[in-house]
Amino acid sequence: MAVLEVKGIKKNFDELQVLKGIDFSLEKGEALALIGASGSGKTTLLRCLNFLETPTRGQIYVNEKLIYDASNPSMLSEREIRRNRLHFGLVFQSFNLFPQYTALQNLTLAKELLARETPEYKKNRKDVLDQIKTEGEALLASVGLSDKLDFYPHQLSGGQQQRVAIARALMLQPDILCFDEPTSALDPELTGEVLRVIRGLAEKRTTMVIVTHEMKFARDVSDQVLFMDKGVVVERGTPADVFEHPQEERTKQFLERYFEE
Amino acid sequence: MDAVLNAITSLNEGFLFNLQLFGITLLLAIPLGLVIALGSMSKFLPLKWLTKTFVWIIRGTPLMLQLFVVLYGPGILFDIPMSNRFLAAEVAFVINYACYFSEIYRGGIESIPKGQYEAGAVLGMTRTQVFFKVVLLQVVKRITPAMGNEVITLTKDTSLARVIGVTEIIMSAERFTKQGLIWPLFSTGLYFLVMNGILTVLLSRIEKKMDYFKA
Repeated sequence: MAVLEVKGIKKNFDELQVLKGIDFSLEKGEALALIGASGSGKTTLLRCLNFLETPTRGQIYVNEKLIYDASNPSMLSEREIRRNRLHFGLVFQSFNLFPQYTALQNLTLAKELLARETPEYKKNRKDVLDQIKTEGEALLASVGLSDKLDFYPHQLSGGQQQRVAIARALMLQPDILCFDEPTSALDPELTGEVLRVIRGLAEKRTTMVIVTHEMKFARDVSDQVLFMDKGVVVERGTPADVFEHPQEERTKQFLERYFEE
Repeated sequence: MDAVLNAITSLNEGFLFNLQLFGITLLLAIPLGLVIALGSMSKFLPLKWLTKTFVWIIRGTPLMLQLFVVLYGPGILFDIPMSNRFLAAEVAFVINYACYFSEIYRGGIESIPKGQYEAGAVLGMTRTQVFFKVVLLQVVKRITPAMGNEVITLTKDTSLARVIGVTEIIMSAERFTKQGLIWPLFSTGLYFLVMNGILTVLLSRIEKKMDYFKA
């Protein structure tokens, strides 16, 4: 069963069409790598999934349920969007941790706010909060940061910050975890620790969509690769297909340029 | 000796007006400034332009003139004379400072990276939650130095209320000058210096309190 199905997504910014009709689907436990040159629309596609951009056309299904349809404006209310975007988690290129909160608080904040809306919270406030804290601690431990719970973002290295950000996204147990060039803002010596965490998630069969410029990583970690160029999916397939036997001229050129460097 | 005591008592009484004007202005202009700031950032254009025009007028004209307008305006325009001079001073100061604060707030709010809002949003927070739980403290940290400047300016501006006959400290002191006694006038400076010394310490404590994070 497809966890995620994207149909005919188009996105215009005024006159400029950035996405020209994107279709793909993702099975549970699959990792999809989105590759392509800057400006090809990968990041915009990811932002559409997280409702940071509103697709101009198209539908999005999660667990076979229609959660977005560009032709149905009632799906655009803040309430609906807020509920539906919880299917997705997003790890940003620039981390975007909340600077005034510790690593642990960065994880627990959103979950606590969501818990406030539940009836259990009113009855058992302390238990609910303790439970959230325990979950947060466990997640930070799972990304190797159990000794940094009470550190503020500025006291952490870029790699550590990004690992906190990954844990923060996992905290709400999204169906699909999205990464927007998670290592592009990092010094080269810090990318390894972040890629290892993502690799670990892939081994645990976390459903993921990863926008990346790290081709070797994309090849190793993904089950499916989409190569995008100028707002369309030019080529798709298994990593072996796309990287070893690209069919399209544009894919070949892109990969040649990349592996030459 | 009596003359000295008399002068000091008079200065103290005058300074009480300065302090009251200062306290009430801060108390009311700080929240009112936020309302004006939100208006000037509104996506509803008529509201935005109305607010911006208002801020332009208030920041673009002397506070001294505004004091006269508030004192005489109601009588001339609506036939309701403003009977209380202190109230008139208060209204003018609150409006004037709220406009200055609003611009500081707006600058602070707009300086927060978009990523902070987006990170909150993808974690399922409402806009209100993002503002109060994520953005606000970062804004407060960023605007504290600029607000500190305004607060210190305000202590001294309170003396302007004398132009509409509020007997604040400098006006009180001038009565003695007319009697040939100059030192009370000069010593009013000490009152302001002490007050601003205390404020400077307080403000740097507030800044220190927010030193634990970088924004």
